[in-house]
Amino acid sequence: MKTWISMAGAAGLALAAAQAHAQIDSIKLGTEGAYPPYNYYDASGELIGFEIDFGNELCRRMEVECEWVAQDWDGIIPALLNGRYDAIIAGMSRTDERREQIAFSNGYTTTPAWFVSGAESEFAGLETYEETVAALEGKTVGVQTATIHFNFLEQELGDSIEIRLYDTQDNLNLDLVAGRVDAALADATSWTAFLETEDGAGFAQFGPGLTGVDFAVFGEGVGIGLRQDDEELMAMFNEAICSMVEDGTLEAMAVEWFGFDTSMPCEQ
Amino acid sequence: MVESFGPILAGAGLTVQLVTLSVSIGFFAGIGLALARLSPNPLLSYPAYAYVFFFRGTPLLVQLFLIYYGSSQFDFIKESPAWVVLSEPFWCAVIALAMNTTAYTSEIIRGGIQSVPWGQIEAARACGMSRFLVFRRITMPVALRQALPGYSNEIILMVKGSALASTVTVMEMTGIAKSIISRTFAPVEVFIVAGSIYLLINFVVTRVIRRLEHRLTPYQRTRAELEKEEAQSGILGLGSLLGRARTR
Repeated sequence: MKTWISMAGAAGLALAAAQAHAQIDSIKLGTEGAYPPYNYYDASGELIGFEIDFGNELCRRMEVECEWVAQDWDGIIPALLNGRYDAIIAGMSRTDERREQIAFSNGYTTTPAWFVSGAESEFAGLETYEETVAALEGKTVGVQTATIHFNFLEQELGDSIEIRLYDTQDNLNLDLVAGRVDAALADATSWTAFLETEDGAGFAQFGPGLTGVDFAVFGEGVGIGLRQDDEELMAMFNEAICSMVEDGTLEAMAVEWFGFDTSMPCEQ
Repeated sequence: MVESFGPILAGAGLTVQLVTLSVSIGFFAGIGLALARLSPNPLLSYPAYAYVFFFRGTPLLVQLFLIYYGSSQFDFIKESPAWVVLSEPFWCAVIALAMNTTAYTSEIIRGGIQSVPWGQIEAARACGMSRFLVFRRITMPVALRQALPGYSNEIILMVKGSALASTVTVMEMTGIAKSIISRTFAPVEVFIVAGSIYLLINFVVTRVIRRLEHRLTPYQRTRAELEKEEAQSGILGLGSLLGRARTR
């Protein structure tokens, strides 16, 4: 009798484990699709980018089926919490503010923030932070909404500059080229992609690269955003990220898309 | 939710400015366009028809993006004096909203003009009024009165349409609401606050139009009602206006 019960119990456990695993046979990945070179649509309408390659490789290693879901940036956290998808892979920096709402995996890329303006503008050649702040006084600076870059501008320079908010980095680039903003702040990797384009040829970085070391508002690198109670998925992602760090795949991908190594060490 | 009320209300001023400016421009341009559309001269009526067809047939968001991002694509625009206006997001939004509402307003007013009974115009002509006088005294007052209910719809649509200005960096109510959401990640609460303020603005708009409609339709009320009103409005100094409307 006892053996029967324990066998039934074991079978039940096995079933439960199978079911738990069965739930994570397929997941949905949320991304923005407008943030080159991280994630964007190419001319033929196909979703490509560093994070698309990265996400697909993670899914291959985790042995789960993945489906990409595109979501506008300003609603990307609410849509995760509502269950429209299970993970955010969209160049999202790990900040304390966001940690109140969602959990983050091991970081997978870290890059500084850059100011960019016309290569011949009055900002050209500025080096120190103090010089940069002084030169920006009274100027119009463009930035993407709901980003660490916006939070930085608002906290550090909110009183001395006019901030223009854009829904996507692409639209910010358009207005930078049009001359509607004097300068713009964004991630270094999205700038390197822009500066290589025909439109971006006349523009250049100025001032120092800004990182989480000097300003906590920039957070601790980019990680995958997950719901706080999704611990199993978190463990799966961390294991897969670390395996990509260890065998050098992540570094190779970063070099392929960004031109230099942006990968972060495994935190476990 | 309470904290977001103040900042969003601060953006209401910009929303009201956008709507007031674009609706005022749209009203006068709309009358002109309606007249062009009704003109027997095809050189006037066909372009007017094409304008209405384009602006009613395409989304306001597309029109706004074409004006805002489109204007910056051409060097000849950027080098022209027009760039002074077009480089400002606020004026791009006003232009897009005004051009859009002009198309709808002209159709509403055209409907009003065409609904004026021919007999009234004939009677006025028989009294010896010139064509212009007939238009000013008979056609236009009657047409505007007929068009008012439809036009109030259009103003309400403009109040709501002004939310699109946030997509071209104008920080009106929706723009401010979005930036608050980007920090608090609480879309439901913040949009409830923004939605209620839009509701409030539109409540005021509908009230004002209802008052206007009431005043312009004395013939729909009984003599007793009118005399009562006259007595009341006499105190407010509006008696003579109403009296004139009735005796004429």
